Amino acid sequence: MTDAVATVETEKTRDIRKRWLLSLPALLIILAAASGPLLIVVAYSFLTPGPYGDVVWQPSLDGWINVFLEKDIFDDTLSLASAHISIFVRSVVLSLVTTVLTLAIGFPTAYFIATRRETTRELWLLLITIPFWTNLLIRTFAILEIIRNEGLINGLLLRAGLIAKPLQMLFTDGAILTGMVYVYLPLMVLPLYASMEKLDFRLVEAGYDLYATPFKVLRRIIIPLVKPGIIAGSILVFIPALGAYVTPSILGGGKNLMLGNLIELQFGQGRNWPLGSALSIALMLIVMVALLFYVRNAGSQGSRQHG
Amino acid sequence: MARSFSVRRQRGFTTIAMVCFAALYLPIAVLVFYSFNAGESLASFDGMSLRWFEKAFQNQQVIDASLRSLQIASIAAVIATIAATMAALATTRTEPYRGLTMKYAFINQPLMIPEIVTAVALLIFFARIKIWTGYSGLGYLVAAHTAFCIPFAYLPIRARLENMDLTLEKAAADLYATPWNAFRYVTLPLLWPGILAGFMLAFVISLDDVVITEFVKSAGQDTLPTYMLGQIRRSITPEMNAISTLFLGLSICVVIVFFVVNRNRA
Amino acid sequence: MAELDAIEIRSVSKVFGFGEFAFSAVDNASVSIRQNEFFTLLGPSGCGKTTLLRLIAGFEYPTSGEIMLNGSDIAAMPPFKRPINTVFQSYALFPHMTVADNIGFGLTMLGRPKSEIKARVAAMLKLVRMEALAGRRTSQISGGQQQRVALARALAPQPKVLLLDEPLSALDYKLRKDMQIELKRLQSETGITFIFVTHDQEEALTMSDRIAVMSSGKILQVGKPREIYDAPTDRFVADFIGETNFLKGRIRSMTGGIAEVETRSAGRISATMPKDFATDGDVTLVLRPEHAALCPPVDHPACQMTGTLETVVYFGTDTHYHVRLADEETIFTLREQNKPLQAARFSEGDRVGIAIEPNAARVLRG
Repeated sequence: MTDAVATVETEKTRDIRKRWLLSLPALLIILAAASGPLLIVVAYSFLTPGPYGDVVWQPSLDGWINVFLEKDIFDDTLSLASAHISIFVRSVVLSLVTTVLTLAIGFPTAYFIATRRETTRELWLLLITIPFWTNLLIRTFAILEIIRNEGLINGLLLRAGLIAKPLQMLFTDGAILTGMVYVYLPLMVLPLYASMEKLDFRLVEAGYDLYATPFKVLRRIIIPLVKPGIIAGSILVFIPALGAYVTPSILGGGKNLMLGNLIELQFGQGRNWPLGSALSIALMLIVMVALLFYVRNAGSQGSRQHG
Repeated sequence: MARSFSVRRQRGFTTIAMVCFAALYLPIAVLVFYSFNAGESLASFDGMSLRWFEKAFQNQQVIDASLRSLQIASIAAVIATIAATMAALATTRTEPYRGLTMKYAFINQPLMIPEIVTAVALLIFFARIKIWTGYSGLGYLVAAHTAFCIPFAYLPIRARLENMDLTLEKAAADLYATPWNAFRYVTLPLLWPGILAGFMLAFVISLDDVVITEFVKSAGQDTLPTYMLGQIRRSITPEMNAISTLFLGLSICVVIVFFVVNRNRA
Repeated sequence: MAELDAIEIRSVSKVFGFGEFAFSAVDNASVSIRQNEFFTLLGPSGCGKTTLLRLIAGFEYPTSGEIMLNGSDIAAMPPFKRPINTVFQSYALFPHMTVADNIGFGLTMLGRPKSEIKARVAAMLKLVRMEALAGRRTSQISGGQQQRVALARALAPQPKVLLLDEPLSALDYKLRKDMQIELKRLQSETGITFIFVTHDQEEALTMSDRIAVMSSGKILQVGKPREIYDAPTDRFVADFIGETNFLKGRIRSMTGGIAEVETRSAGRISATMPKDFATDGDVTLVLRPEHAALCPPVDHPACQMTGTLETVVYFGTDTHYHVRLADEETIFTLREQNKPLQAARFSEGDRVGIAIEPNAARVLRG
């Protein structure tokens, strides 16, 4: 081995060692205060609830059984926990509808921004970025102010004499949906814009040149080209919507629970930490499936562009 | 005259976009507007007044929660930015090496897991540690905030590094700069806008957090968002509007600074 | 004692990748570069010339072989310890520093006193005629000016050797011509050895003291520009530098450095042989287009070939003729200088003869 080859080898190993040392703080912090504790949640889901919260160290499958089944108090028979199932279904359906609605509004908006002149584009983008970084709680509160019984809409309608008593808009699935669409809209627009910004409009011109109508250009050229953005935006909306806690707890009230609230309940009044843990893991599994779908689609999209 | 054809135009898109912008800002505008309402009701505007702002400033709980929020956000953002800068240096501009993908996944992991799950996990984990150590200070909140701020701080720093011309460091080495000097005089000054952007993102993210804080906090450790959540659930007065307006103003300032810093990249 | 070579490359190879993906960017290259020489590495993109330059600069380390700088092996030395500076293709000027700070960077890193740095920077600014722009940011100056700053920055620490990696490729034609003259001036004024990398043969021919032609990681021929052009020893070199006609043939007789070659397409042609030429009989004749002329296809003693004129391409300064030779396969290209108000002597489709200037044809192996 020549000196130079030896130098290369030692430099390579030293470089990699340096890179591990550099990334260590970030990895350790995340391990200690984000990833690591997830394993404890898995463990807790297989233990027995303690009388005042927490757990007693006695293995049990009850946490998992209670996710979808419930024990009758009198005769210990198991039946489907319809309350839990309806919460699961509500969470998934509301999240899906939120994703579709944000896409329906966000796509034209992102397209609008991407087709502005470069100087004004930045400004339109800023208008999306501001709500993106604005406190989610405050934005939910803003919706609450408008739709609650003493809120803006009811106030105006009452004063105009159009209604005799306030319309009950708060504490409905519609309220949750409105809030989530409002809150997560910027999460959809930004990735959509990122992929539309790269759109080569000469391809659109080529489409028109080959007799496509505007709608056909949209469907056959623009949408396929920005598909990575559509998928990314949908994932970015769907995942937090599924685990939403603040928005449904403010706008949905105590009856229209979503998964996040159900989980919180187990750690609060419910005092059933194993069930809460099992529900958390179940939520995470749904998210994993969604992410897997994303990775597979994003992956095939990438290879198609290269091939 | 007929409107000339534009390849970029899609029928109705501009209208939807305008509705979208209006819908995004109208509720916020209402919220801000009524924070100046002299009366209590949203149904009527009883004239301009700063009384709700005054009330908020006299509310010791609000002041304590705000200071606590700023304190946690500052510490968490500084630590997260340093850790993220180091991690970004370790994970960019290299041939793939064993463990690199794992590092990416790990650093971005807090973005992938629903907040509520992380919150529950930390609740359980920290509850144990509290029993073992007897410590119940702000450290838990700072640790949790630092962890979920790291991926946000990491994003702009990594982007900046990846866009950086590698030959600049080569040129520095060619001109007798040792690896440390090349970092000190070339890489770091060029990376600085990214670090600043990362810090501001981390700061805002920490300041805004509700869910994880709500689960991790001990008694008497309310941050401004968790205090507000508690108030909103109990009873709503225009004082909440005033606090929201101030909070909004702060966020918007940070976002605009962030935007300007990010725009002026060389 | 003979003067040491500035740089001596001894059987240097650079392999990227492993196993079946291994790729030799530089393949057993050896060459000596003399003191104060303007030396050019010339070749098409991907031939290994830039890798060889990076090996000398220290951005890559050789897989095998030695790189000697004034007699000592520097192959394993990191770039910041080598008294060698580079002008990068993209210039790589530090965008966060002024012109003057860029030029002074090397000296600052060497820890020279402030007064010396100031004086050197001033001298360098003067050398490249950039005094007026010393305080500008590098993003605020033109491409040609950036080029000058890059040169001044690399020259400021007074390196033993200056490496230039296609430094003119980003400039437009006129500016490139000016900079070629400027570079020659700087080289003679500073007396530093320049190693210049380019794929532009014209640039190489006009500027260099000596040229090394590279292909597929190998150095094929090293010589003065005139040697490379007039006496290529390799088919690739002949083809890459200028335009060339190749004619396959067999040697009939050899006398005193002149060979009589029987070609398939054009009959018998006499050609110069390189020194120490050995062959089994099969050879290729090399003929530059400007060393042949069209003539009427009669039994003129100078007319060695005949064919059909296929195309005539007017180039302003000269006219190119493409002639299909008697074998119906080979196309022979000729180039004739245009004279004022001269009518075309031949038109497409004519039967023509081709006269070759004496000593113009050369023999190559294969």
